[in-house]
Amino acid sequence: MSSLRPVPTSPEAELSPELLVQLHELMVKARVLEERLIQMYKQGDGYFWIGGPGEEAFNVPLGLLIERGQGPQYDYCHFHYRNSGTLLAMGADPVDALRQMKNTATDPYSGGRNFVGHYSKREWNVVPVSSPIEVQYSMAPGTALAQKRAGGRGITIVTGGDAGTAEGDFATCMIWSSRPANPLPVLMIVTNNKWGISTSWAGQHGEKRIADRGKGFGIESKTIDGNDPEIAYREIKAAMEYVRTERKPFLLEALVSRLNGHSSASGANRATDEADCLQGFERRMEERGLLTRARMDELRAQYNTELQAAHRRIKDEPQPDPATITDHIFSEKDLVSEGRGDK
Amino acid sequence: MVQAIRMALHVAEERHGVTDIFGEDVGAPLGGAFTATQGLKTAWNSPLDERGIVGASIGLGLAGCRNVAEIQFCDYAFNTIDLLKLAGMMHWASNGDWNCPMTIMTPVGSGIRGSIYHSHSFDATATHLPGFKIMMPSNPRDAYGMLLSCVVDPNPSFFLVPKALLRVRAQPGEEIPGEPGDDKALSKLIDAPLGDRSKWQPQWPDTPDLFVPFGEARTVRQGNDLTVVSYGRTLPLCAKAADELSAEGIEAEVIDLRSLWPYDWERIVESVRRTGRVLYVNEDTEVTNFGEHLIRRTVEELFYELVAPPRLLAGKHVPGIGLADSLEMATVPQLPSITESIRALAKTSA
Repeated sequence: MSSLRPVPTSPEAELSPELLVQLHELMVKARVLEERLIQMYKQGDGYFWIGGPGEEAFNVPLGLLIERGQGPQYDYCHFHYRNSGTLLAMGADPVDALRQMKNTATDPYSGGRNFVGHYSKREWNVVPVSSPIEVQYSMAPGTALAQKRAGGRGITIVTGGDAGTAEGDFATCMIWSSRPANPLPVLMIVTNNKWGISTSWAGQHGEKRIADRGKGFGIESKTIDGNDPEIAYREIKAAMEYVRTERKPFLLEALVSRLNGHSSASGANRATDEADCLQGFERRMEERGLLTRARMDELRAQYNTELQAAHRRIKDEPQPDPATITDHIFSEKDLVSEGRGDK
Repeated sequence: MVQAIRMALHVAEERHGVTDIFGEDVGAPLGGAFTATQGLKTAWNSPLDERGIVGASIGLGLAGCRNVAEIQFCDYAFNTIDLLKLAGMMHWASNGDWNCPMTIMTPVGSGIRGSIYHSHSFDATATHLPGFKIMMPSNPRDAYGMLLSCVVDPNPSFFLVPKALLRVRAQPGEEIPGEPGDDKALSKLIDAPLGDRSKWQPQWPDTPDLFVPFGEARTVRQGNDLTVVSYGRTLPLCAKAADELSAEGIEAEVIDLRSLWPYDWERIVESVRRTGRVLYVNEDTEVTNFGEHLIRRTVEELFYELVAPPRLLAGKHVPGIGLADSLEMATVPQLPSITESIRALAKTSA
């Protein structure tokens, strides 16, 4: 990495009206989903809530840009627990998140074993989200190594927050991804909401920008406004293209809001001093004449109604059978020999 | 034993799809702190970062790449416990969707005067990590067959290598088929030369697939007076002590547990029912020791068939093993303490 390429420039082209409308729809869907999940928690239909309200403007474009599929030719996703918007944009059914919230046997991500927002879907290369902060950054180089060797355009995407970058795993990811012996196609993403539970970023971190840390490793990096879905879409696309073609890492820091606190442990109430990416985007969509206030209200009401009905419905779905606690401790199938790992 | 491990890794990368053998100093020129990875085509040097090693092993496994990740000494794996915990739960947490084939290979235990941070054991820690299969050899052929079993298994596994036994030779008749019987001949084929190794190529002997099944112990010595269950470094000591005590009229049955998870409870039960006495021997610290688990099961399931209280001989519950010979000898089981424990148990009656 002796000669640094210039930081990729953002494509100037405007996003198409169709794409903007799609972004808006998914952002609303993600917001309504999170609001429903918080309601479920408050009504006793779940033990714990954690999620990503405030990160939709970044997470939705990310999901739309991911090459979804199974195996090294597609993108591996090492997410954290604020990526609901990304999963929805990838095509996930929001009702499945309600199932995980209610820890039903029908929860497709963990069968009632894990917290909400802890997605897992092998078919889409979404590796199990874990509660411990930042561990995903240590795993990401492994999938990226498999992809580098396999050839093609598949990349590894790892997401986490700002507070987690204090963990050694963040440095691990930078070091392992930028080894001169074998740099790896890892898109390292940090959504910086300026908070680690109740502790502010400003009091703990001397570095001005997280993205600056990439420089020491020769890793291309950039800090962007993650509250603007148009900027996020263009910048994620540019960063992805760099990683896909150069087969080298990129560190993307997105400044975002945290609208409902860390989790239900801190009340999950709406913050009044954080910018709302959805409000800002809706204002612009209205100004440009791409959507009317009435249409946007209608959309939100529609998702609300759908998820409210789904909430009522999934409440009656079965809880996991206690006899299943010993299921799936070990895989009996040899998936490697069966060649499924290569799909 | 170290050559057996190297040959198994060669077979693993040639015939069983292992794509990566990696860790600190694992690749050329060193080929491992104990030379276990010399001359292997998929061996590579990683950064000095155990969390990165375990994390990359998980990532490779998730991507379907069979891999062997070495932690140079198990003492350095303690800062990776959360990642190991996650590896053990990938399949379970995803309700059976994901699996993670990966082998963590790491030297364990005392025996090389390794001082405080090169002498720890890992069997108690490993058996606290559900979702892992765990093998620990006491002889070269088992090392070969266990490592191959770990590699082909679709789950995370630990291959715990007793570093005190890395230089032991196979007992006559227990060689790996295909290996030259002569140590020097084998060394000439696969040991990297001193000095410049850049042009050296190993000449691998043609050794077959050989798999030690998980959960299958081996009775290394038969006897009817008491049962001794051990594994790893202390197993040959138990066998030796039992041989010596034969002269005193004590006939101990010695079982090499080999696979710590899953483990061969049936074989222990069959033996203890016959002998009525059982001694568990390992060198990990004695509090929340794996042997304590085995004693708990023994008491719960075999209490009325015992003629003496079951015993555990393990490492002292002290923070580490001191460097001085006198300190190491006093900290973990040695031949005299094992012999005395067997003798005492043989003479104990309820």
